[in-house]
Amino acid sequence: MSRLTVEALRYHRCGPIDFTIADGTCMSLTGASGAGKTLLLRAIADLDPHAGRALLDDVPATALPAPTWRRRVAMLPAESAWWHESVGEHFGVGQAAGNVPSAESLARLGFTPDVMRWEIVRLSTGERQRLALLRLLANGPRALLLDEPTANLDGPNVTAVESLIAAFQRDEQAPVLWVTHDREQRERVAAQHYRIENGTLRTEPSP
Amino acid sequence: MSVITLTPLDLVLAAALVVLLAGLSLRFDLGLEGRILVAAGRMTAQLLLIGLILRTIFAHVHLAWVVLIAVGMLLAAGREVMARQQRRLRGWWGLGTGTGAMFVSSFSVTVFALCVIVGTEPWYAPQYAIPMLGMLLGNTMTGIALAMDRLTQAAWQQRAVIEQRLLLGEEAQTAFGEMRRESMRTGMIPIVNAMAAAGIVSLPGMMTGQILAGSPPLEAVKYQIMIMFLIAAGTGFGVMIAIALTSRRLFDERDRLRLDVLR
Repeated sequence: MSRLTVEALRYHRCGPIDFTIADGTCMSLTGASGAGKTLLLRAIADLDPHAGRALLDDVPATALPAPTWRRRVAMLPAESAWWHESVGEHFGVGQAAGNVPSAESLARLGFTPDVMRWEIVRLSTGERQRLALLRLLANGPRALLLDEPTANLDGPNVTAVESLIAAFQRDEQAPVLWVTHDREQRERVAAQHYRIENGTLRTEPSP
Repeated sequence: MSVITLTPLDLVLAAALVVLLAGLSLRFDLGLEGRILVAAGRMTAQLLLIGLILRTIFAHVHLAWVVLIAVGMLLAAGREVMARQQRRLRGWWGLGTGTGAMFVSSFSVTVFALCVIVGTEPWYAPQYAIPMLGMLLGNTMTGIALAMDRLTQAAWQQRAVIEQRLLLGEEAQTAFGEMRRESMRTGMIPIVNAMAAAGIVSLPGMMTGQILAGSPPLEAVKYQIMIMFLIAAGTGFGVMIAIALTSRRLFDERDRLRLDVLR
């Protein structure tokens, strides 16, 4: 159970930005290309220099070592990167023991446990995107920052990813920030909707 | 055995070969003739100048002169390291990192060799100090330039992988570790290969020079072996220092990749 708070965050030419995502809820974020959505996620994950602060349950990012903060407030970039030869070597990164996703969560996204032996070069874009989500969740995060997590997926896989994230959000009572351009997806996954425009955050009315 | 003195006429004969080469370049339209002649002229002038300087210093042995020459060589090498990099660190770090690494490695190894191994009297005897420092600087320069160029290129090109690893909770130096090791290997491989090939594929220049100057071959070989050890150690230490400084500079205190330190 966690709550994600952003206070007076300024980065690049955006801000100040303030919001709170309560535990177990999802906030959607939209905005024109180049408006600063990805940069907002990077600033919250403390990957870019910024002013203002982000807090998880009243603990500011700066109170923790940056790698610890990033494991707790986990960002899924729009394009995942892979550097080892096989899928399995990428799990448990940054931790002492390798964390492997459960057979159940693998199955929810259409994989069998032997996916861990697959070669990275043979993966399709969609497979990479789904595996990147599993890789992130296997690290045991407390909050999620998702940058268009279903952009390269077909219909059934979009549904599978949405339901996996919803289950995580519910089971862990985790806050989720979800960047999407898809109006219908926004209504399906999130309770509060925001838009970045001219460097500031505005609430986006539901239709 | 004694040295056969070269007369100016001897040098003119050797130079004639280069002029012939420039003529062939013109004949075959290589477009290199201008550069060949300018480079040959520069080489001649630079070496004559350093010969005059060394003659003066040998005649007036004083620590201050040796230090002055050494600092001049160091700065020239530092500038060369910087010039060989496509994406170098901004500001004083660009010149300072390579120069600092060469200073620590080349100077300490040279002083160690002069004081402990050769035991010259005084320890800064220019006849030993300046050539040895020159050989060390020349080789560490190559290694450090290769390694730093490799490292900054890797940071630039593999930004997506580095940041992905940071996002998954890795510490900066872990996420960057493989690229650091690869850069160090790149910097050290030339001298390792040179040691392996010495005497079989190539006769090292210093030993050849000593033999031409009349030293008994085994004495020349012993000096060459020592110099090879010193160069290998100096290059290795220098590469490690330069890579440690550069990779620390590329990340900030919050484990963020800061490509804005490059230009």
